[in-house]
Amino acid sequence: MAGKAARVDPGPVETIRRIEAVFRDVYGQAVATLVRVFGDITLAEDAVQHAFVVAAERWGRDGIPPNPAGWIVTTARNRAIDQHRRTTRGRELESEAGDASDGGPDPFGEALQEEEPVPDDRLRLIFTCCHPALRIEHQVALTLRLLGGLTTEEIARGFLVTEPAMARRLGRAKYKIKAAKIPYRVPAQSDLAQRLKPVLSVVYLIYNAGTGELTERAMLRREAVRLGRALVILVPDEPEAAGLLALMLLNESRVHARNVDGALVLLRDQNRSRWDRDLISEGHSLVRECVRRGRPGPLQLQAAIQAVHCSAETFEATDWPQIVALYDHLLSVLPTPVVALNRAIAVSETDGPAAALEELDLIAIELDGYSSLHAARAATLRSLGRIAEATDAYSRAAELADSSADRKYFTEQIQELGLAR
Amino acid sequence: MSQYLLSTYSVESEDAPEMPSPDDMQQMMQGIIALEAEMDATGTFVFGGHLHGPDAATVVKQEDAEAIMTDGPFVEAKEHIAGFYIINADDLDAALGWAGKVSACVNRPIEVQPFAATGRVADQMPDA
Repeated sequence: MAGKAARVDPGPVETIRRIEAVFRDVYGQAVATLVRVFGDITLAEDAVQHAFVVAAERWGRDGIPPNPAGWIVTTARNRAIDQHRRTTRGRELESEAGDASDGGPDPFGEALQEEEPVPDDRLRLIFTCCHPALRIEHQVALTLRLLGGLTTEEIARGFLVTEPAMARRLGRAKYKIKAAKIPYRVPAQSDLAQRLKPVLSVVYLIYNAGTGELTERAMLRREAVRLGRALVILVPDEPEAAGLLALMLLNESRVHARNVDGALVLLRDQNRSRWDRDLISEGHSLVRECVRRGRPGPLQLQAAIQAVHCSAETFEATDWPQIVALYDHLLSVLPTPVVALNRAIAVSETDGPAAALEELDLIAIELDGYSSLHAARAATLRSLGRIAEATDAYSRAAELADSSADRKYFTEQIQELGLAR
Repeated sequence: MSQYLLSTYSVESEDAPEMPSPDDMQQMMQGIIALEAEMDATGTFVFGGHLHGPDAATVVKQEDAEAIMTDGPFVEAKEHIAGFYIINADDLDAALGWAGKVSACVNRPIEVQPFAATGRVADQMPDA
């Protein structure tokens, strides 16, 4: 009897947990659908939040309905129509519809149909959120708020700003979308590849913002992977979307080996048995698919590099010439000093630290404010036995480090060098 | 349909600006004439023009119920509006498309701002 009762009523804590999971799953879809129907982001957000309040109460009592996404969208839509009717414009629209009862256009006609979330809605909304007319911080915040369903407070915490500052940022971005009439649509095929670039950058930026302090910001990585998966389904003809997902999955597979008890562990020293084999195999098959398509781009090439790392049983067994060749290709399509830095690190494995140091010195001025440059110089200087210079470089890396794990690692290296002297 | 202000700025400099050659000038004018014809044909053009320099500006303000005039522009700035269009466009993407064409013609950056075309304020007031 007890077992049967438990199946019918999984218990309030379990129900709340499941309701929260459903909310996170359907938030972006529901907001996107409501924005399509009503053309107003604030109205859509308010309505979906209201539907969640109603759902929390009703589902807690009656259980989760078979189609929770449809339920949320329908409840939110009814709420939005209600809100709409309270405004002057809403009443005008309604009375115009009443006057035109001889088959004229019904302003709520579309809204009143049984509403189901359409995957395309999310795609439209992400192109609005990542419109190049919005600044990048605003693109990131909007994407997390509207598509990820993160709260303003959660986003503020992820990007180390205060909640009121993040609320203002979101408010300004939404104001611009409305005032400047940033369109809510998937760009024409001819513009799609170009307009997809900022969308992919925003998602990757969200992923990388989640790698700083692991547990605190893990939700940013989770959201980025979720958005990445959605994009692969929504724009199947753009291999860069698959490249981005592969890149995130392959990075994610090593997250727990890279950070052990708050300490940074370099690729060289990682316990490879802690790498997540499922994520690696998914990443590898995406990369193989990209290679087969033969339309390489920066994200696919970065994913291919990570795929080579993930294929190696040991650090020594890594196919370094292949990695350097991929960096050469990447540098030809994405000629940035950061790519040159990563290439130089690979060069130290194929051609030795002296060759790597030469390449690092070429970008040293440009990347002087970048912790990883000083870390790479420190490692090569150390291999060359130039201990005093290596110590200085590690100090610079520690000063500029953007996470406490990195800082701790560099400080330890300085101590080791001090003992070796 | 929305309206947008497409504007461009001239930058005040100590040196006299380099004048384009007559040929370049001719080519630019041809480009602008063709662009404005395209704007007319598509119902995009609302209004446009260029402004004389800030040295020609005068500011009027009220002091003790009297109009006081001062020579010079409202704000002391290095950049001043040089010219503008008001256009009709469906949305920001359409407006940005036109701004790209204007920018290509005049070889200057163009600022795009939504323009609240309210018409006369009296028309906005509720009926008495």
